[in-house]
Amino acid sequence: MSFGQLGYDVAHLLGGGVLLLSFVLLYQRRIGAVINAFAMQGALLALAAAWAAHAQGAPALYVTAVLAMAAKGVLIPLALHGIVRRLDLHRTVETALGIGPSLVAGVALVALSILVVLPATEGVRALARENLALALSVVLLGMLMMISRRNAISQVIGLLSLENGLILAAIGVAGMPLVVELSTAALVLMIAVVAGVFAFQIRERFDTLDTGSLEEHRGERR
Amino acid sequence: MPLQWIIVFFPWVGALALAAIPDLRRATAANVVVSAGTFALAVALATMPFAEHGWTRTDALNIPFVLVSAFVGLTTSVFSAATLDQEGFDHWRIRAYHAAYQIFMGAQTLALLADNLGVMWVAVEIATLATVSMVAVHRTPAAFEAAWKFFILCGVGIALALFGTIVLYLAAQPLLSEETGLSWAALMQVAARCDPATLNLAFAFLLLGYGTKAGLVPLHSWLPDAHAEGPVPISAVLSGLLLNAAMLAVLRAKAIVGANPAALAPGPFLLALGLASVLLAAFALWRRADARRFFGWSSIEHMGLAAFAFGLGGAAANLAGLLHLLGHSLVKSAVFFGVGRAAQAKGSQKIADIGGLVSTHPALGWGLALAIAGIAGLPPFLLFASEFRLLSVAAAEMPWLALPLAFGMVVALAALVTVLQALCFGPPTPDAAAAPNGWREAAAAAPLWLHLALAAILALAMPTALAAMLMQAARVIG
Repeated sequence: MSFGQLGYDVAHLLGGGVLLLSFVLLYQRRIGAVINAFAMQGALLALAAAWAAHAQGAPALYVTAVLAMAAKGVLIPLALHGIVRRLDLHRTVETALGIGPSLVAGVALVALSILVVLPATEGVRALARENLALALSVVLLGMLMMISRRNAISQVIGLLSLENGLILAAIGVAGMPLVVELSTAALVLMIAVVAGVFAFQIRERFDTLDTGSLEEHRGERR
Repeated sequence: MPLQWIIVFFPWVGALALAAIPDLRRATAANVVVSAGTFALAVALATMPFAEHGWTRTDALNIPFVLVSAFVGLTTSVFSAATLDQEGFDHWRIRAYHAAYQIFMGAQTLALLADNLGVMWVAVEIATLATVSMVAVHRTPAAFEAAWKFFILCGVGIALALFGTIVLYLAAQPLLSEETGLSWAALMQVAARCDPATLNLAFAFLLLGYGTKAGLVPLHSWLPDAHAEGPVPISAVLSGLLLNAAMLAVLRAKAIVGANPAALAPGPFLLALGLASVLLAAFALWRRADARRFFGWSSIEHMGLAAFAFGLGGAAANLAGLLHLLGHSLVKSAVFFGVGRAAQAKGSQKIADIGGLVSTHPALGWGLALAIAGIAGLPPFLLFASEFRLLSVAAAEMPWLALPLAFGMVVALAALVTVLQALCFGPPTPDAAAAPNGWREAAAAAPLWLHLALAAILALAMPTALAAMLMQAARVIG
């Protein structure tokens, strides 16, 4: 497959869409919108997985697509909306780094991942290496979101979006053993559950989901 | 079912049973029984010839660690049975604690035995989730802070490790057949012919990812808090077992990259992270007021020493590193038994509130004093042997690096001796709780002394079979 062929172009379009939504996640100001953007990213990831299943002739990837759609497109966003509603959170996103600087940093990270991945993978097929550069960008942007947001829910979404990048990387590699995708999808659910429980409990204790307030409770400062 | 699968599933089945037992006394007893079963399986596994079964393998590298982790799991369950009433759990937490303990033990064994790197990753992730829930079990603000940091940092770390695994597969994919995919043995065979630049990229992510779990600087900051806020037995298994599994994962990655002469040499990266860990931890030790955090920092120092040894490479340095990991498991969990018991007796884990243990609790005080001496690298324990070997190899091969290393070790030694004097000697501080009845006190002290005895025996008269196995492992990882 090469540039100009349908399979190649669609795979790139979907991968690029996932990356675009990582930027969307970065500039949202309301927590509800962040969750919606995350749901769209999950849905697009599911489409990318389904396309990879079709293009690579690997039916196992359809399972990945269904899991991604169910967990990341529907269930986790619903659960997060539920937590936000139930806890009646402040609806605005508290940022540690402003929106403008985070977008600039995001662009720098994408440039970085292209500069790192493309020269390092010259021996690999074209589609796989460009896909890997996109996936690494999504991973780095997820990390940036975890750093630049103070709200526990936003940090969890950063982590989940980071794992979207991992799945994007895994589906781009033809013949990747299924065990990884399946377990990733299953474990992400568990992570969300654990994180949800945490979020509840942090709220119970501190009346805020701002993880900055956790700092005061570092054991050594008692 | 082959034995190497049974030893993974046995604790997990045990976890299901333990989740159904609400009674403290019966649950702790059942936990000891399951752990003893796992230990018996580990001993049986060690006597069998090395083999590969599906996603798991036994080899000279993992069998010593499986044995030590099953042993520490057993002694920790005994310690836990003797002291868990002090933690004040309700029946839900008793169920959750014991189930998480056995889930962790199964995942830990799987992480050690895994041949498929994907399975290894899944096992480390399960072990992480199980320990996160155990760190948070007290539900105090400080416990949440520790667990949240543990969860977020290790979540990112483990994600990077998966990315590294994917890139590794990408590098090896053209050379692998369909069904072997991601098998460590298969990857080792083709490593020399893989694209070196892609291998470099993979190693960077694997090192950062699993290095986070191993507590290497600069990704260490979850470690001291996680060791200080969970129930006492968890500190012992975190330090003694989880860090080893993560370090072994780094070693497997290093062996693959090291097998390709055109790829970057992985050694210098490990040397740099190891030396940074040793130096930072050595100075951080002086600023600690909390006894369990203090020994958490000491774990960072020891992981740094082991990473330094593996970074030097070669059979002699690798052997020192492996011995160091094994010795650290045994002695550090002994230290946590002692410190945890002392903190329960004195009602505080601040170093200033614990003093004069030797005069008030002789068995505990002398045991803890010996254990801290052992962790400081004083003879006759295993860590003395490994640190001595490490320093002599380093001085011969890289004298300029041996100098800062020795400096860090001396600074850490001085900090440990200072704390040893404060905790065990000096004026006694008042007890908060009445001394528990006889068998509990004995059962709480016995694991500590058992670990010390084993660490001394391994240093002075290591069984030849084990020594041969470690030598073979030291050559495997290159």
